[in-house]
Amino acid sequence: MANVISDETIEYVGILAKLELSSSEKEEAKSDMGRMLDYIDKLGELNTDGIEPMSHVFPVKNVWREDVVTNGDDRDNIISNAPGEKDGMFEVPKTFE
Amino acid sequence: MQISEYTAVELSKAIKEKKVTVKEAVEACLAVIKEKEPTLNAFVTVDEEGALKEADEIQKKIDSGELTGPLAGVPVAIKDNMCTEGLLTTCSSKILYNFVPTFSSEAVLNLKKAGAIIIGKTNMDEFAMGSTCETSYYGPTKNPRNPEHVPGGSSGGSAAAVAAGEVPYSLGSDTGGSIRQPASYCGVVGMKPTYGRVSRYGLVAYGSSLDQIGPLCMDVTDCATIMEAICSHDIKDSTSVERDDNDFTSALVDDVKGMKIGIPKDYFGDGLNSEVKEAIMKAVDVLKSKGAIVEEFDLSLVEYAIPTYYTIAAAEASSNLERFDGIKYGYRTEEYNGLHNMYKKSRSEGFGPEVKRRIMLGSFVLSSGYYDAYYLKALKVKALIKKAFDEAFSKYDIIVAPAAPTTAPMIGKSLSDPIAMYLSDIYTISANLAGIPGMSIPCGTDSKGLPIGLQLLGDCFNEHKLIRAAYAYECETGVYTKQHMLNGKDGE
Amino acid sequence: MGKNYETVIGLEVHVELATKTKIFCGCSTAFGGAPNTHTCPVCTGMPGSLPVLNKQVLEYAVAVGLATNCDITQYCKFDRKNYFYPDNPQNYQISQLYLPICRNGYVEIETENGTKDIGIHEIHMEEDAGKLIHDEWDDCSYVDYNRSGVPLIEIVSEPDMRSADEVIAYLEKLKMIVQYLGASDCKLQEGSMRADVNLSIREVGAKEFGTRTEMKNLNSFKAIRRAIEGETERQIDIIESGEKVIQETRRWDDNEGESYAMRSKEDAQDYRYFPDPDLVPISLSDEFLDEIKSRQPEFRNEKMARYMEEYKLPEYDVNIITESKKMADIFENTVAIGADPKKVSNYLMGETMRILKEKEMDPQDISFKPEALAKLIKLQESKAINGKVAKDVFEVLFFEDIDPEKYVEEKGLKTVNDEGALRKVVEEVIKNNPQSVEDYHNGKEKAIGFLVGQTMKAMQGKADPASVNAMLKEFL
Repeated sequence: MANVISDETIEYVGILAKLELSSSEKEEAKSDMGRMLDYIDKLGELNTDGIEPMSHVFPVKNVWREDVVTNGDDRDNIISNAPGEKDGMFEVPKTFE
Repeated sequence: MQISEYTAVELSKAIKEKKVTVKEAVEACLAVIKEKEPTLNAFVTVDEEGALKEADEIQKKIDSGELTGPLAGVPVAIKDNMCTEGLLTTCSSKILYNFVPTFSSEAVLNLKKAGAIIIGKTNMDEFAMGSTCETSYYGPTKNPRNPEHVPGGSSGGSAAAVAAGEVPYSLGSDTGGSIRQPASYCGVVGMKPTYGRVSRYGLVAYGSSLDQIGPLCMDVTDCATIMEAICSHDIKDSTSVERDDNDFTSALVDDVKGMKIGIPKDYFGDGLNSEVKEAIMKAVDVLKSKGAIVEEFDLSLVEYAIPTYYTIAAAEASSNLERFDGIKYGYRTEEYNGLHNMYKKSRSEGFGPEVKRRIMLGSFVLSSGYYDAYYLKALKVKALIKKAFDEAFSKYDIIVAPAAPTTAPMIGKSLSDPIAMYLSDIYTISANLAGIPGMSIPCGTDSKGLPIGLQLLGDCFNEHKLIRAAYAYECETGVYTKQHMLNGKDGE
Repeated sequence: MGKNYETVIGLEVHVELATKTKIFCGCSTAFGGAPNTHTCPVCTGMPGSLPVLNKQVLEYAVAVGLATNCDITQYCKFDRKNYFYPDNPQNYQISQLYLPICRNGYVEIETENGTKDIGIHEIHMEEDAGKLIHDEWDDCSYVDYNRSGVPLIEIVSEPDMRSADEVIAYLEKLKMIVQYLGASDCKLQEGSMRADVNLSIREVGAKEFGTRTEMKNLNSFKAIRRAIEGETERQIDIIESGEKVIQETRRWDDNEGESYAMRSKEDAQDYRYFPDPDLVPISLSDEFLDEIKSRQPEFRNEKMARYMEEYKLPEYDVNIITESKKMADIFENTVAIGADPKKVSNYLMGETMRILKEKEMDPQDISFKPEALAKLIKLQESKAINGKVAKDVFEVLFFEDIDPEKYVEEKGLKTVNDEGALRKVVEEVIKNNPQSVEDYHNGKEKAIGFLVGQTMKAMQGKADPASVNAMLKEFL
């Protein structure tokens, strides 16, 4: 395997992605990611100098709307799936000491 | 003829002619579902009560002449990654185990306008990540042709439900082949429209630049009819394209004389099962015999499609799935110590292994120092792949190829080797990268009786050509799905 | 302290745009709604929802860019900035990194040391976050997404400022430009304008920049000044003691007068930006830009010249009344309905500025109607009320929506023009103040002032002082 993923990398990506892996999952993730990156490295074979990265396939552009209020109070619906709620607000673990 | 043997268009005609009531149609579907679900597990949710209630309403509208279209009164199943107002939408994930959307996706609304009755939500690979329907938190779906095999994925439930006669048609979504590959494995017709044809509003995003909703159904006529109903310009989806050629049934013409068909040699090399290859070549001969001009060519870049796809799809998915955090909806872990611990535990317990694998990969390829080497590189290769298709379509009306390298694998054989699983998407993935439409229609079975899918690819917004060729093929060979059902060959 | 240090400051200024709706959905941006009543699936990050750009946001951003001498990026895109925080419902913020809408601009500031150009690195469009509400007695916080998706522009300056004075001058200048454009009310206290200060220290003459810190939570010009002074001192202390400044984000606590590092293990500051696939690129034609250019308002310098030319106002007046767009608008609207320009100007420079200062208000907060001021001036011109009464009435109309004519009538504040009544009072005053009368006759001109005052008092202020003066002279 050309790409060797370190414990630190897995730890770091876990912080970015907010995932906490068990030690066996970590080992698996290291080998999976290494193999996938080896596979992706294949793209390096292609010369892409001067090629514009293509994020959208079509030249669709300038899609916008006018500044007109179209939504009313939909709070009861919006909050209806919340695991924790109080007074129409979403409850979260304390963010501020 | 039994109700469950009708195609969608036939069923709606029978309802209009008062041979069948809408309630009878719904009850017939529910009966098949009751019978087959214990084996198949094609549904996450069956909305018996809602569908029966809706049946009465729709019947009234048909009787009063308010609803006259070709899908009025016909039951439909919706892949569980499309929001349905008031109806559980899980994406086959634990993290959305209790999520009840407060709005419906645009494609579903379009079907409802046409008088469709939602009978339930179909099982899928979790968040559409998978090619076998085995990554679902709610258990794998089985292939109705042989329950020891997978139905394909990620729209495996949608394909299986149609193949089993549980419902005349369904909606799926296709990010890398997720409609065409299960259609092929289950022996039904499936289409991934051009990116932008169908609004993505309400589709829970996996790879936003690749996702597209499309139909799974029994024959090409249904496919064209459903496409007419679901395609629309939606101002809520910035990537939705305004078109004046959504008249797909006009392409149901049994004539391919002079149609130029390209056969990409690169799709017929190592890795392609010989029985599949044989069936595809036979199908090509059928089209040739009807006057199509067939030519082999080099498409190129085929082996780069999968790494390009996994880089882009994983990157987009890592971002799209950030919103599942235990705050606004869905699963929140029981015990936690502070905010970040709550995030991590909820997400780690809520997502399955394949989803976590792709989120990790996606977060990595976007992370500081790797963006250019991986993500940007993949976007450049995507441009090259698009260019290769542009060149092909300057010479050919359509491209014909297998939908998948093999027929449906056995359950339990795929997940252990992700890259091998990813390879099953090798023929379908490029269409998503290039944004082009693709279709899979049944073209025979292998020696084990498992269906084989013929894939048709067209240039952007050239769905008409695909429908025309598929229809001509079907006219010549008969409607596979229906024959299969009438012969009662479902393997149980 | 042996060495001479220089403070290098760059600013990231967030301005909340004055659109009616949010940047990517049709929810209202109005303040004051109950929590989550201005929300929808898009601005709360519901699965399946998709953003659609509000065109007005783009127009405001371009207008600000043009007014700050920026190059407009005619092909621009939105990117996702990924980070987890509860006020950010998608856990990514839609912003612009790779192709921001404006680049390479500058504004000219004036300080005691003369004028100076402050470079603008870029301006980009993005969405605001929701609000977290904390309850001291609770182990939870609560999220309100009413502000989530409110449009912002972030104006990123070059590290061109060297002192708190320059920073304040730069902010005042930005504020004025944005207010003139009507793109925002720019209130620091209410958060519609927010400044993060990037600050580093280096020895005078050094070419390289020092390590910078970013300071957040600065809610007033006073706080900004204190934070700059505090951080400058902190960094100099670190350097003097031979240690190194750490590049970090710090939170200013204005009550304590101190800043704290906001670092955490869970905060990797790796935002994994990539183009948002849900939004399509923006490609602005020359015509689009010309159209916005043609709609640009008259800015301060043009206004000043015009006011001097058209209304013959002194430069001093013009300087004050054009300082904010709001004030200039009131001036123009009041003059437009027929009031005398100089008199309007006097009310704005005098009474209005006095009240604003006393009440620590911003010109943006002025709510009185030009019609009311015009009427007041008319009343005064026609001598229906005198200057003292007029000032009192102005103070009322500044805070309350009154019709000055009716108010004066109802409160009985009109000048008494009954000569007989006045004559009686004047006679009485002369009789009761023989000493002043004598003083006046002995050449003490001032004495008459006292007598006028006594007369006005007896008339309960409702006389025209000039008439009183004339009558007194006649009697004496």
